[in-house]
This record gives sequence, C-alpha cells and structure tokens, in this order.
Amino acid sequence: MGGGIVLRVENLSVWFPLRRGLIEVLRFRPRRYVYAVNNVSFALREGEVFCLVGESGCGKTTTGRALLGLVKPTGGRILYRPSRELAERLGELGVVFEDGFVDLVSLGRREWRLVRREIQVVYQDPYSSLNPRFTVKRSVEEPLIIHGIGDEEWRDRRVREMLEAVRLLPVSEYLERYPHELSGGQRQRVAIARAFILNPRLVVADEPVSMLDVSIRAEILELLVSLKSRLGTTIVFITHDLATARYVCDRIAVMYLGSIVEVGDAEKVIREPLHPYTRALIAAIPEPDPANRRRMRELPIKGEVPSAVDLPRGCSFMPRCVVYDRADPRIKRLCEERRPGLARVARDHWVACWAVS
Amino acid sequence: MPLLVVEDLRIYYFTGRGVVRAVDGVSFSLEPGEVLGIAGESGCGKSTLAWGLIGLVPPPGRIVSGRIVLDGVDIVGLSEDVLRSRIRWKRISMIFQGAMNTLTPVYTVGRQMVELLRVHGGFSEREARARVLELLDSVGLERGIFDRYPHELSGGQKQRVTIAMALALDPDIVIADEPTTALDVVVQAQILNLLKRLQREKGISFILISHDLGVIAELADKVMVMYAGRVVEYGPADIVLRRPGHPYTYMLLRAFPRIHGPRGRLEYIPGAPPDLRSPPPGCRFHPRCPFRVEECSVREPSLRDLGGGHYVACIRAGELQFSV
Repeated sequence: MGGGIVLRVENLSVWFPLRRGLIEVLRFRPRRYVYAVNNVSFALREGEVFCLVGESGCGKTTTGRALLGLVKPTGGRILYRPSRELAERLGELGVVFEDGFVDLVSLGRREWRLVRREIQVVYQDPYSSLNPRFTVKRSVEEPLIIHGIGDEEWRDRRVREMLEAVRLLPVSEYLERYPHELSGGQRQRVAIARAFILNPRLVVADEPVSMLDVSIRAEILELLVSLKSRLGTTIVFITHDLATARYVCDRIAVMYLGSIVEVGDAEKVIREPLHPYTRALIAAIPEPDPANRRRMRELPIKGEVPSAVDLPRGCSFMPRCVVYDRADPRIKRLCEERRPGLARVARDHWVACWAVS
Repeated sequence: MPLLVVEDLRIYYFTGRGVVRAVDGVSFSLEPGEVLGIAGESGCGKSTLAWGLIGLVPPPGRIVSGRIVLDGVDIVGLSEDVLRSRIRWKRISMIFQGAMNTLTPVYTVGRQMVELLRVHGGFSEREARARVLELLDSVGLERGIFDRYPHELSGGQKQRVTIAMALALDPDIVIADEPTTALDVVVQAQILNLLKRLQREKGISFILISHDLGVIAELADKVMVMYAGRVVEYGPADIVLRRPGHPYTYMLLRAFPRIHGPRGRLEYIPGAPPDLRSPPPGCRFHPRCPFRVEECSVREPSLRDLGGGHYVACIRAGELQFSV
C-alpha cells in the first residue's frame, strides 16, 4: 500500500427534495428532504479496498454516486488527488488545487470528462450495465474510444490484455461475443475489464457480486483484488453483506440512515464491533451452521429502519437502540439531543455513539 | 408415515430452442412436522420443483412424469379445478419469493385475507374477520394493519402478511421459496425467527427453498442439495452441512463467506452450471469438479445410501470424506 491519501470526503451531504403537494405549497409548508447522505467524512488510502456497508437506504450507493459525480451533493467536499498528468490538464482549465487536491464537487462537465479517466465504476447488475448491442471487444474498448486514447491497433492489443487479465480465455473466443451469450460471471468480468482498461486510480464497485451465485463470487472478488494489487488501484467496495466485505476489504465503514456509525480496520470492526448497530448487523447474519437450527436468534435491535425524511434530532439510531434503553440518564440526554460524531476508540477504529465514547 | 412422497419427478420446459430439463428425476419425502431445506444455485430447478408441487408450473413447462403423493393420493394429473378447490391453500400453501408482488395493491390487507378465507375456506364474513385478526397476532403484526394497503407496509410487514395468508387455512405443508431473499439482513433474521416460532408452536411441515445455505441452516432438519435439475445430496442437516459427501455441497460451503471464526480463504467453483437443454454426459457436475475421475464423464451416478438417512449422488460417494 502506498499509504498516501487519494481521496478525502469532508462532511458530504446529499439531500433529495420531496415534491410538495398543492396544499403544502399553498400553506407555505417548507420543502422536505430525504436525507440520503448526512455529513459523511472519510479518507481513502492509496491501494486499499475501502468498504461502505449497510442495509438498503443507508446511503452507501448515493455516497458512491457522489464520488463518481453522478449526483450533486447538497453540501461538503470531495477532495481528490489526481495523477500528475491529470493535474496538469486540469490546471490548464483553471482548476484550483489545494495541497495537490481538487474538489470534485466544484468541477464542471468539462473537467469531469477528464477526471472520469481516473475514477471508474463496476455496477451490481451485469445484465443491464453492458450494452446488449456491443460485442465484448467494443464494450471493453469503449472507454479508450471515448477518451481518444491510442490508435486502433494499440487499442486492440490493450483490449486483449485486459480480457486476459480478467481470465476470459481464450481471448479470441470472447472478443466477438454479445452479452446475451455470456453467463453472469463472465459479464461481470467484462464490466471489470472495462472499468480497469484506463488504469484508473479509483474504482467504485457497487455490489459487484450480489447478483452472482455464491459459488462464483469468490472468483470475481479475487479478480478484483488481484487487479487492484497489480495496478495499485484504490477500491470503494459497496455492499450490504458484511461477511463478504470481510474477505476483500482493508477497512470497513458501516452506514446507517445516511451516516457512518463505525469505521476502522475490517477485522477489528467485525470481531470487536462497538456500535450497537454494527453489533445487531453481525448478530443477524445467518451462517450454514446446523447448530443455529431452531435456536431463536437474539437481535439486539428494535423495529425497522425508519424513513430518511424526518430524522430524529439526536442520534439517528436511537429509536432502535437497545443500549440507549439501558443507558444512564446523562447519556440518554446526549442521545436525544445531539448527533454523535465519529470518535476514536482505538488505533484505526472510530465509532459514533455516545454510549461508547 | 411420510406426509408427502415425491417419486422420480420430471418437469421440463418445452421451448422453441430445445427441451430444458429443469427438474430431472427428483425423489424425496417429507415427514409430518419436518423442515426440509432445498438448497441450490440459480437454475438448479428448485423453484420449478416448488411450482410443480402445487401444480403451477408456468408454460411452456409441464410435469412429464413422476408422482407427488400427498397423504396417500397422487396429485399429479389432478385437474386445475380440483387443485384449486381442494389442494392449494388448504393442503399445501406457498410463501413466494418477493412477497411485495404477491399482494394485490388495490385491496387492503384485511380484505385480501378475508377473501382468501371466504373463497377457499368457506368462512362467513364475520368468521373470516375474526380469523384474520388472530392470524395477524400470530405473525406479530398489529391489528391496525387490517385496514392498510400493501404499499403502506414495509418489506418485513408484507412478508409477515404473506406468511399469515399461507397459514390461514391450516395447511399440512407450507412451501417457502426464498422467503427472505429480498429483505435486509436484520429483517431477514426477524422473519426467520418468526418461521422458527410458528414451526415450533404449530408443528408445521415446511419445505424451505433457498440459495442461501445460512438461511437453510436456520430451520432445516433435513437438507436436499440440487444441481442442474438433480438431487446431488440429501440427509440430516447436521451431516450435510458438517460432513458433506458430495464435492458440490462441500465446495458450496467453502464458498460461503463467514462472519464468525477465522477468516480463511474463500473458495470458488470454477466454470458455470450447464445448459439444461444439453447437460453434460455422466455426472452433471463433473466439468467443474476437482475430484473427478475418468468414469465421471461417462456414468451418471444415482443417489447412494451412506447410512443414517444420508444419500449422495457421486461416483466416489463414501470414498470422499469432507468436513467443514
């Protein structure tokens, strides 16, 4: 691992406005928002796999989309340290740098076109992320064409290299195939080849194996990790599955209702979870152990995820928290009135909980 | 005496591009009060099997041969009328994958449940209403849900409603096809707890179908593993999940990411399941199997009894010993 910081997210918020009904407008009711991402901060170290994990609606995908420039943040900054080459070209366009970092949120379309060479994506569904009318060769070559890189011969060689790297072998058999002729796993390899062909510095992988059968997931994950090790890529791995995260990630950030509630070294977060929500998540994961049969699973959590429209004033996890129920009145007051920020509890381990810190 | 006996069941889809042998010679039995877990990956035939059991195989599929004997009566070949009026809901009911789609959006939850009881159970309106409230209690829902529409409910609540509907007419067998697949992990655990409690309290006989061995392990007394339309292993959960006899079961368990214990290495099975229009000769798993011998590509193994109710369809059954 290089260890340097590639990207730093500072107080990122993404709110989606809800449409107001006529009556609400007439009564001058204020606009309401879905608080998809709320004041999220983290930093990515060069060459690491950083995981955003959480249940549906926790804001993990929206965070990923913000990194890709696909959704406009309501607030906060996304500071990215581009390669020297890209930095020069951005400089020519008059982009302002701060210690070698550029704020992606402030960039316009023209600048983003350049940045996209270095920030790529792998989506969850390989059935819809590939153009059905493109052959494998064309799909993988597309980023090179868009960015006007190399001549035809060079591009052809590069595509073959990438297909070899994702082990679609023999390459000549796959070049002219269409997505419908491939299995889910093979399609996901094409998507990975396409994401890595520009030698990106950062890849956002949003649930890249969730649609695949368990028996082939490990193969795709291994591929992703070996490519990033070889190329020194940094990966943001988005998943709902903590157990899978454990096998690929260096660090894990657990999200709940738009906020990071716990972040740290992957093994630490999983083996010594401190936030009540992380504990509940881990307690809920079923394993193929017959000893679990008919043993009621104890779930240290109450109710269901509320809507992200009206967040409670204090800690957003409080209404479901069993630790809150048992906490002493002084801590309870904090939980009710103030949102906890991430506090360091150990080396490389941060938790946002009044009862813990 | 077993409640349900399935013998050499074959369900094929007759498509324009060939015959897909989705379920190809499946046999098993279900004892009263037992939970049978059927595990396998996409395309192994487990959902087709479930539809077959309630006579709802979607065209162009149909049951080609075999018997489904429910309490001594073969229900294959019974007319749709008889299946609808005498078997479905009353004898065998089903909890489908993605509960969201099985509820009608235009009626309240209570209305749908009352209709089910009136049409299939011959309840009067008043009896039905009382029974619905009782059912809502039993699946842990507030009675206020009665007047709500499905879109006002969370995923977990909707799944509880479909479970209540499956139990409404006290069926002998409940088939749950991926009952928690679309749910988040905490809600999934809540639903699994509910199924455990209901199973314990009412002694329901369950057939639980899932691609997730973790979900299977939560409930199943016996586990049946399917691959490419065939049963490759069948036996008590303690044996199949701890000391499997089939390489496929073993490798599937090794591919399962673990949250507890040491991290270890995550294994994978190379290749992909075969096209069921032209499955490979011999054992259907042999092209992906690291334990194959020459004979595997010629001879198709049948289930062999390894003792203790443990059956394995592998040429090297008994010789290969795995522990997970």
